[in-house]
Amino acid sequence: MNLRCLYLVQRNFLVWRKLMLPSLIGNLADPLIYLVGLGFGLGALVGAVDGRPYVTFLAGGMLCYSTLNSASAEALYSAFSRLKVQRTWEGILHAPMTIADVVIGEWLWAGFKATLSGTAILIVMYGLGIVHGLAALGVVPVLLLVGLSFSGLALVVTSLARSYDLFTYYFTLLVTPMAFVSGVFYPLHQLPALAQRIAWCLPLAHAASLARGITLGDAMPWPLTSAAVLLLYGLLGLALAVRIARRRLSR
Amino acid sequence: MLSVRQLRKVYDGRAVVNDVDFSVARGECFGILGPNGAGKTTTLRCCLGLTRPDGGELALGGHPIPVDARRARYRVGVVPQFDNLDPDFTVTENLVMFARYFDIPAREARSRVPRLLEFAGLGDRATARLETLSGGMKRRLTLARALVNDPDVLFLDEPTTGLDPQARHLIWDGLKRLVGEGKTVILTTHFMDEAERLCNRLCVMDRGAIIALDTPRNLIDTLIEPVVIEVYGEGVAEWARTRAGPLVSRLEVTGETAFCYMHDADPLLALARASPSLKVLRRAANLEDVFIKLTGRDIRD
Repeated sequence: MNLRCLYLVQRNFLVWRKLMLPSLIGNLADPLIYLVGLGFGLGALVGAVDGRPYVTFLAGGMLCYSTLNSASAEALYSAFSRLKVQRTWEGILHAPMTIADVVIGEWLWAGFKATLSGTAILIVMYGLGIVHGLAALGVVPVLLLVGLSFSGLALVVTSLARSYDLFTYYFTLLVTPMAFVSGVFYPLHQLPALAQRIAWCLPLAHAASLARGITLGDAMPWPLTSAAVLLLYGLLGLALAVRIARRRLSR
Repeated sequence: MLSVRQLRKVYDGRAVVNDVDFSVARGECFGILGPNGAGKTTTLRCCLGLTRPDGGELALGGHPIPVDARRARYRVGVVPQFDNLDPDFTVTENLVMFARYFDIPAREARSRVPRLLEFAGLGDRATARLETLSGGMKRRLTLARALVNDPDVLFLDEPTTGLDPQARHLIWDGLKRLVGEGKTVILTTHFMDEAERLCNRLCVMDRGAIIALDTPRNLIDTLIEPVVIEVYGEGVAEWARTRAGPLVSRLEVTGETAFCYMHDADPLLALARASPSLKVLRRAANLEDVFIKLTGRDIRD
């Protein structure tokens, strides 16, 4: 491990800084529409969930889900543009940088950017009175873990992809079904036992469990394990992505 | 500065680079010529440690490749075949950010920018966005970017493909200045005039192998007859075969043109003048003739 990957983080940050405001607003709009639309709209029908308003329950899940989306968008679409369309990676590899430096840099950047947009949503939730208390700020490190976890997984797909089409499949076949079994939109304990068992093998259920534990004070079954699962998914994804990218680029 | 020994690279059972041997001395401009698919780009990529060779020994600036390629690249500049400038950055930002990849501090990088832009003829474009640059300007910026680390060796993969004549001459002037300053330059091209103008020595590659290697002058002197007469016109194929054949040492006919290679032009010129329907062009043999003789006239894709 070395610090060269930070040059790529710096590069992506400098580009992002030029478009920071529209980018942040764009990242905020989507999850907030869901939160308000589902939380208050559907929430009026649903009533209380686990003894609290539905929107309060939904908030923890939406924090994770939108961080996941932000990490995935960056590590899929944006990274793929840099890999293939703009040949940015190729240019960087002509300098004294390695493929691992580049992929690790993309991983850290996507995780960091997702954390920023997740935190922005958290701030809006404070403003709307959906979350309270300083303790809820403790969710930010969880968002970083969520970001790193899903940018690692997304980079595997990116390093395999020949075109943007693959990313649609990744979302419809993996991410969206995972969201529905992971306790993002409704409590996990409502699902059949088998579905629950599958959910606990996936990173998003652990993310939602940690986020609700911290923002609402819910009991967390295995907080350290949950953190470890998120990190492990991220690191395994990263390691695999580096291998695939090496095979692809140094052919 | 660069030594390549028995380099070999195989894709899907086919050797695209096959036992390639050459070396380039410090301060030399070395050209790699060849038709499309000859293995030029793969050879360059192997030299830079970007592609893992299947055999052979490579050393660049004293560093064994690919093991020590990353370190070797600190002293190397690359102008790739396809533009990979950063479209999200301005001209200056492109240079400064690229310098960071070489561990050059941002302040130091910024101080190098004016000279680089002046060299590239982009002095008034420092804050321009990339999409406002023409193809020739982007190429020159790519060249400036390759110099951001003040490299000892410069690799250029088809540096002037797709440029208009004015833009090509600007690139050539830049490269001559660099060689004059003592930099080592290794370039691939399929423009013979480019190779003849710039290179101290060059090799011709075809189907993955080097088939000739010498100075441009020696290649022309040793591999080909000194005089070429091109004859155009209706019925030229028949005329060339039956009438011109005995007067020349070598003859090639493609379509409506006969290329006649010889040492003494006078007999053929007299013969051609007797047929007023034929147009005649007499010229000295050049590198392109050598290239065509070695690699044939077939289209390669």
